[in-house]
Formats: sequence, structure tokens, C-alpha cells
Amino acid sequence: MERQILLACHDVSLGYEHRPLLEHLDFAVREGDYVAVLGENGSGKSTLLKSLLGLTPPLAGRIDRAAQRAGRLGYLPQQTPAQRDFPATVEEVVLSGFLNRSGLHLTYSSAEKSAALMHMGKLGILELRQRCYRELSGGQQQRVLLCRALCAASGLLILDEPATGLDPAASQDLYKTLRYLHDREGMAILMVTHDLDAALREAKTILHIGQNRWFCGTVEEYLKDESGRRFGRK
Amino acid sequence: MSLLLSMLAYPFIVRAFVVGALVSLCAALLGVPLVLKRYSMIGDGLSHVSFGALAVALACGFAPLWFSIPVVMLAAFFLLRLAESSRVSADAAIAVLSASALAVGVVVTSLTTGMTTDVDSYLFGSILAMSRSDVVLSVTLAVFVLSLFAAFYHRLFAVTFDESFARATGVKVGTYKTLLSLLTALTVVLGMRMMGAMLISSLVIFPALSAMRVFRRFRSVVVFAGALAVACFCAGLAGSYLLSTPVGATVVLCDLAAFLVCAAVGRR
Repeated sequence: MERQILLACHDVSLGYEHRPLLEHLDFAVREGDYVAVLGENGSGKSTLLKSLLGLTPPLAGRIDRAAQRAGRLGYLPQQTPAQRDFPATVEEVVLSGFLNRSGLHLTYSSAEKSAALMHMGKLGILELRQRCYRELSGGQQQRVLLCRALCAASGLLILDEPATGLDPAASQDLYKTLRYLHDREGMAILMVTHDLDAALREAKTILHIGQNRWFCGTVEEYLKDESGRRFGRK
Repeated sequence: MSLLLSMLAYPFIVRAFVVGALVSLCAALLGVPLVLKRYSMIGDGLSHVSFGALAVALACGFAPLWFSIPVVMLAAFFLLRLAESSRVSADAAIAVLSASALAVGVVVTSLTTGMTTDVDSYLFGSILAMSRSDVVLSVTLAVFVLSLFAAFYHRLFAVTFDESFARATGVKVGTYKTLLSLLTALTVVLGMRMMGAMLISSLVIFPALSAMRVFRRFRSVVVFAGALAVACFCAGLAGSYLLSTPVGATVVLCDLAAFLVCAAVGRR
């Protein structure tokens, strides 16, 4: 049986102000996929991400955001400096993940509250839930944001450089958590990263973009491909 | 108690009390997201623009409120765009705009009426400035701000904490930010004539800063900032009545004292 498509690009061109960085991009993320998006700085990774999230329209082509329409998309953005001294408890941050469900949301329902508790338990931050976000370590903060993404997601997680700013132990921890979510919970993952080792080790599919060409295939195919060989040597 | 009664015997103090307490409350509530999003300077910029607009309105014989409210709202919209764009350094641009608006105000006044006590009361505030229509407007504003916070509290939190996540989950971030800045503009215009153009922005910034020192939960910060702002305004109004000092400066000093206490408590 064909696995369900969560996100798909059909002949998409991306770029700034009519200057395309990338053309004729075709790929799909299906249930159970684990995709790493690689590329040099300025190759259009963040532009691609914005388009995949529906924040900026592509120059040409069509992006089918099935998971987002169904309210099954969770997003882990990069942390902003303003968040570092933000007065909010872990629980408040995690619960805000449920805002993608429609409705006025005067309060969170008890089903949402217990789902949040469950996700916090899964990520090992349950005992932190009354703590203040700004007092946590970088790795703990990233877990909180991942937990918020889980509250929003039931099908697809999109992660933007998730290991940036984490020490090696914390980033190993994060990748382990992602693997658990992928293997056990059946979560599809699309992760933008510049960490080539982690991408080759963790992901099943590599999407490499750069210099007006792109590659999408399994890790083995990628290592045989020209862009993989060049990028991997660096 | 007798102090309270003797103060409330003057109708202008009653008006000042109603307007000031409501404006303080609104400014403090709006101030929490503004300070956290690093937009504190917008409040300051708006107060200067509002001074310029009032001076022009007075010189041309327009109704001051009805002229300055749209001008300042326009400025708020513009300042927000400015603060967001990465091309110009926003803090420098806001500083330039503030100084220019102030200069326009001063030049226009000195060309027409001359630097009178009117200008002085715009710069540093006057308790006599509140009219009946100010009372009506400030009650409307307060109802609007409070219902915004009640109905969209969670979304405001999401937009303040993490814009890109909020946007990706389908919250209309731009609408909320525009609404915030327009309401701030209205608050500044209403409060300025009592608090003074130089001092009104402290109503936006101080309560949020003080509350953030003491509390670690966003909800507590919002509630405490609102309560503290009203308390400081009442203390400032009473102080200004007793000592015959300008009400704006006295309120700011109360806010400063409260901030120092909060900082000391938060440090423990």
C-alpha cells in the first residue's frame, strides 16, 4: 500500500525577488520518512523551509501541504535571543503547541492538558513543568520546544537546525529522542541541518540543495552521487 | 480615607483618576508583549510623534484628539514595520523619528502661539487636561484591551514567545502585532496629556519590567503588571495631590520605586 503523502513539492522554484536559487524541485515526504535537508549556506535551505511551512509562496510550482492542512504538522524553529529571558513556565510553552487546532481557545481543554503531560513525560521534562523556561539549560529548552512541536504534530515534524548551540551530549540526546519518535511513534521527520555526520547517520533520505541543482535519494544513493561525494569530502 | 474623599471632591481629579487608572492598566498589559518582543522604544517614539501631532493640531485649530489619534496610529504602524525590517537599524531609525517629531512640534508651536505653558503641559503632563470625552474614550479603550487579552490570551502568548512557530501553526501574527501597536498608539495619545510626552512611555515599560523580575509565569507577569500599574498610578496621583508636584513625574517615581523593590525581591 502506498504510504500517505504529508508534504510534496511539484516543480517548485525558490528564490528572492524573481532570482531563482533553485528550480524544478520535485519531492515528497510520506508517512514514516526521515529526511535530512543539506546544503551550503545561502543555497536556499531557509527559503525552502519557509515555503514548506507556507510562510512565503514559491516563485513557481505547487507545494501540497497535506499535513499542515490536517493540523498534523509540528515545527521546531531555531531559538531567538528574545526567548532566553522570557518569563514563562515549561507548561505554558508546551501547551501553546495546541493553537493550531481551530477554535477560539479561551482555555485549553482537559484532553489537551493530559496530552501535553503525556508528551512531557515522553521527552523526560515532566518534572520541569513548573520551572521557568529561561532557567533551563540549552538542551532542556530544546526539549521543551520539541515537546511543543509534538503537541501540534501527529504526523510530521519539521526541524530547523535542531542541534545548533547544543553541546555534544545534548545533541546526541536530541537525535536519540528523534529516532524514538520516528521508530516507535511513526512520526515522519524533515530536518534542515548542516551536521553532515548526523544527517547520514540518522536520516533515511537526503535532500541536498545547492547551486541550482538538487538531489533527493537514500543515504546510499547520496554517497554515490556527485553532490554527496563533493559535500562529504569537505 | 479622608485624603481620598477630599481628592475626589474635585471633578477634575475624578476624571484624571478614571482616565489615568485605565490608561495605566492598558499600557501595562500592552507593555508586557512589547517589552518581551524588544519593542520598548516604539512606545517612546509614539509619545514624541503624539507631541508633534498635538502641536500641529493646536496650531491649525483641529480638534487635538481627533487629529493626533490617526496620526499616531499611522506612526505606530510605520514604526512596527521599521522595527521588523532588518535593512535599517531600527533603534536608530526610531530615535531619529522621535527627535524629528519633537522638533516639528516645538517649531510649529513657537511659530504660532509661542512656547507657552500649554507646551510645557504637553511635555510634562497636566492633571487638568482630562475632559469628559477622554473619560469615555479611555473606558472604551480599556474594555477593548481587556477583552482582547481575555479572548486571545493564548495567541498573544504564542506570538510573543515565538513568532515563527505561531505563524507556522496558522496564527495571524501580523494582525496581532498591528492590533498591539494600534492599541498602544491609542493608549499613548490618551495618556500623554496627563503624563507628558517625555514620561508616558514609562507606563508601558516599567510595570512589565518590574513584574518580570518577580514572576516566572507569563500569566502572573501579565496580571501583576496590570495591578502594579494601577497601584502606582493611584499612589502617584495621591502623592502629587499632597506635594503639589506634576502628576506624570510623581507616577513615574512611584513606578521606579516599585521596580527597585521588585528587583530586590527577585534577586533573593
